[in-house]
Amino acid sequence: MDIFLQQIINGLVLGSIYALVALGYTMVYGILGLINFAHGDIVMVGALVTLTVTQALAGSGLPAPVILLIAACCAVAVCVLLGVSIERVAYRPLRRAPRLAPLITAIGISILLQYSAALIWGKQYLSMPELIKPDYFAVSGAQFTGLQAFIFLLACAVMAGLLWFIKASRIGQAMRATEQNPDVAGLMGVDTNRIISFTFLLGSAVGALAGVMVVLYYGLGHYFMGFMLGMKAFTAAVLGGIGSVPGAMLGGMLLGLIESLASGYIGDLTGGVLGSNYRDIFAFLVLILVLVLRPSGLMGQHTSERA
Amino acid sequence: MNRRALSSPRLRWLAYLAIAALMLALPFAVDAFLGRAWVRIIDVALLFIMLALGLNIVVGYAGLLDLGYIAFFAVGAYSYALLASPQFGIHGSFLLLLPLGALVAGVFGILLGAPTLRLRGDYLAIVTLGFGEIIRIFLNNLNRPLNITNGPQGITLIDPLQFGGMALSKSYAVGGLTIAPVHSYYFVFLACALLAIIISLRLEDSRIGRAWVAIREDEIAASAMGINTRNIKLLAFAMGATFGGISGGLFASFQGFISPESFTLLDSVMVLCMVVLGGMGNVGGVVLGAILLTALPEALRYAGPLQQAWLGAVYIDPSDLRMLLFGLALVLMMLFRPAGLWPSSTRRREFAVEDEAAGEERANA
Repeated sequence: MDIFLQQIINGLVLGSIYALVALGYTMVYGILGLINFAHGDIVMVGALVTLTVTQALAGSGLPAPVILLIAACCAVAVCVLLGVSIERVAYRPLRRAPRLAPLITAIGISILLQYSAALIWGKQYLSMPELIKPDYFAVSGAQFTGLQAFIFLLACAVMAGLLWFIKASRIGQAMRATEQNPDVAGLMGVDTNRIISFTFLLGSAVGALAGVMVVLYYGLGHYFMGFMLGMKAFTAAVLGGIGSVPGAMLGGMLLGLIESLASGYIGDLTGGVLGSNYRDIFAFLVLILVLVLRPSGLMGQHTSERA
Repeated sequence: MNRRALSSPRLRWLAYLAIAALMLALPFAVDAFLGRAWVRIIDVALLFIMLALGLNIVVGYAGLLDLGYIAFFAVGAYSYALLASPQFGIHGSFLLLLPLGALVAGVFGILLGAPTLRLRGDYLAIVTLGFGEIIRIFLNNLNRPLNITNGPQGITLIDPLQFGGMALSKSYAVGGLTIAPVHSYYFVFLACALLAIIISLRLEDSRIGRAWVAIREDEIAASAMGINTRNIKLLAFAMGATFGGISGGLFASFQGFISPESFTLLDSVMVLCMVVLGGMGNVGGVVLGAILLTALPEALRYAGPLQQAWLGAVYIDPSDLRMLLFGLALVLMMLFRPAGLWPSSTRRREFAVEDEAAGEERANA
């Protein structure tokens, strides 16, 4: 029972990170119908910026929360700049092009980001200096760290804020209008180009926060880390129903749970034939299953063209 | 060469003969002038031509973006390697194993395609990408509890191709000419690549080929015209996978060694780059793309020493530089020349119309 609870806790923490990244995919997809392949790599840049800033400030004697705050601000700033300029330079000119074109561009951008990061940060794994001593809390046989709780709560707060923002604010309303029909939204006085830029800004900022969480949680960063993370977050977005913001959150949490439970039990279930080195497969299996059985996801609207 | 000069049949045959003679002499000339390493590069380029032509059927003709194409190459390579190496002590003949590899790859293509082909293009891209990763993860981990693929170490001592009693891994002297393994493989690969080119060209104008193009342009209209879109798309997938499977088998026999390292996402992307850069849907363009992108990394190998000489240190690792250039090329091509370096005529028309429509819209806005 304690293993089960432990995997649930790990799954929720992992899932909240997936959910934050998935938001970036789902918002852009909702508005542009584009899979922003480069989003995972934007998260990677956020993570590596956080690492660099923390490493630089680790010896400065500042208290740990201040260092983290500065690092997170830097990460968000860099990612927002990156995300918005990518949209402006690479995606906007292709808005009316055949479908394949922006997708191929996105793959190109993703490769560019990865290898630029390899140039800047090198190809080795970078490790995070230990800022906070881990403190353990026990819950009926399982334990979690303060860091895990912090990540989970922060992610929940960000998601709640985002939901409120999209539902209640003027810009959020404009975003939803653009998503439903960009042309009509334009007629109603919405500057759709600005809204699309803003969507990328929001997605990249949330992605940067996810990057901060990843390095905090794993303590490691790598130029290629965005690929797997991006794939899994995309899976989460599809699982929840791509284009749906609450769906992405639900999908992220679910995927985190599925992955940690599956990799925790696969050894026992298969009698040791398959081990936890297969953990990366689950996300893809979930993706394929969802696409086959329910392409519109758990919370997506069913449209025949999307299926 | 313009068309009129080639209109007389005799001249055309002369031209074909000249090209054939050139092709036959090419490996020996390259060997003499540039060294044997470049003959090997030409061999690899021929392999990639086959591979890219296979992907071109899926992406170029049928318009289905496949980002896990290298998986079929891997399936072909492993099915050859497992049945023609000391791994299981089986040494099958390539005459049996190459078609078998193609068949297995084709079956994998259908297995992947059947559940996913009703998805729209960009979903398909992600699923195929996931499929490619799954295959690689399995190849990497299937060394225990039962050792099938030998895991990350890969499979060594794979049998070379054998014609009668002649193994292509040995050198032979014919007249005054030494035929090294790279030369004999060149001729095998050339034959296969030519076959692939002919099949592609014939497919392009066939009933099936036109059905693919129809699906690419508008799937709903195509199915209204009576095309069984699911079967025709499955056929594209299986056919592309078959090409991949055969080139995989040839690759395994040529290298004598394979490991999961050779079948990463980046390899899929590289084959995709060949198709996109050359010109999706145009056989000539794809061949050009494959040759360019095989030669480019080799040429970039000189970039390391050049940096050392000019700047005093190697700032950018040549293989990273290659990836940076690939990424940049994909982005720039889509922005400025979306139909590729050598586009097919339909594609060119299509993109030109798109441009006009976009221009009008801008003017009206």
